[in-house]
Amino acid sequence: MLEKVLTIFIASALINNFVFSRYLGLCIFFGVTKKMETSIGMSFTFTAVMMIGAALSWFIYTYVMVPFHLGFLKIVIFIGVVAAFVQAADTIMKKVTPALYYKLGIYLALIVTNCIILAVPLINAEEHYSLFESMALALGSGLGFSLALIIMASIREKLDLADVPKSFQGLPISFVLTGLIALAFLGFSGMITL
Amino acid sequence: MTTDKVNYGTIIKNGIFGENPVFRLALSLCPAVAVTSGVKNGFLMGVAVLFVMTMVNGTVSLLRNFINPKVRIPSYMFIIATWVTVTDLVMAAYARDVYKQMGLYIMLIVAFAIVLSRAEMFASKNKLIPSMVDGAAMGMGFLLALVLLGIFREALGKGSLWGYKFVETKPLLIMIMPTGGFFAMGLMMGWLNWIDRKFFGGTGGGGGGH
Repeated sequence: MLEKVLTIFIASALINNFVFSRYLGLCIFFGVTKKMETSIGMSFTFTAVMMIGAALSWFIYTYVMVPFHLGFLKIVIFIGVVAAFVQAADTIMKKVTPALYYKLGIYLALIVTNCIILAVPLINAEEHYSLFESMALALGSGLGFSLALIIMASIREKLDLADVPKSFQGLPISFVLTGLIALAFLGFSGMITL
Repeated sequence: MTTDKVNYGTIIKNGIFGENPVFRLALSLCPAVAVTSGVKNGFLMGVAVLFVMTMVNGTVSLLRNFINPKVRIPSYMFIIATWVTVTDLVMAAYARDVYKQMGLYIMLIVAFAIVLSRAEMFASKNKLIPSMVDGAAMGMGFLLALVLLGIFREALGKGSLWGYKFVETKPLLIMIMPTGGFFAMGLMMGWLNWIDRKFFGGTGGGGGGH
């Protein structure tokens, strides 16, 4: 049991890293990594939203969708749950902790239609994970994404000083860079077999 | 009548070249990199997106006078989710082997920024037929981008096209691995920027920050 949870955690953070081997969340990945500060803010918000979103969807999937045979509606239901939760978090944070809201609120708005936030509940449903396994997947994916954001942000800060050919400035060079990091992450494959 | 025709021409040109979702707007990049390890997967994904965008734009356009502007974004999201579910179930029934590889990405069409942005920017203000044409044109631009990337990666990575081998060796295996997707995308974007600067006098470079 514990072993499986740990395996899922490490696999989702490193081996199946969402950015480098499943190619998800690229919009945010390229959008916020121009500055270190924004990437760190995004990492925190993202991991928290991911954990809570995955837990909520797990309860709804196990106790509502499976008993009533609503599995085929999972796309509609999960996106509704995630969007409603993010909206609620936005409103609550604004009222309860305005200071935190002004720091992280902007990232919440970006997260609503993010593919990873939706992918985690979908994978959990597909693999029939238990609550602990789902949480391990969510935490692992969140930390893996944070790792990707922070690595990329530190490289892109250096990139400002580099002499990049004109056609490659902006996104193209970022893609090539991501490819290089992905090459490094390829080394993790085979570390654990699921 | 003639003005209508000119309009359609502009819409189509705009979708495929001017605002190509992948290379120009740099939206919805995830599947563009994820499923293009072969031409066939890229093509099927493109067809799925084309279908979803056309139907979503059509539905949004039909309902544009009934949806309260305050809840329009959630409404659009449910319309998109519905059509994605339709696509997902059809794919799962009729294209099993492909679905096994890219089912997750089909489901994630629902989170595509491009679909929502077209519904919001175009379909919510226009009549049925122009909206559907706009959706189809944008989908076509997406499809072309995916096929282009698919050709590039499959030819280099496997030495084949659509599964048919034309050389015996595997010239550059790395192109079909995850990292190759990023390289292919970066090179393709850089190349298109170069063409744009060289032959069309565009600004080239910089390209979308999202």
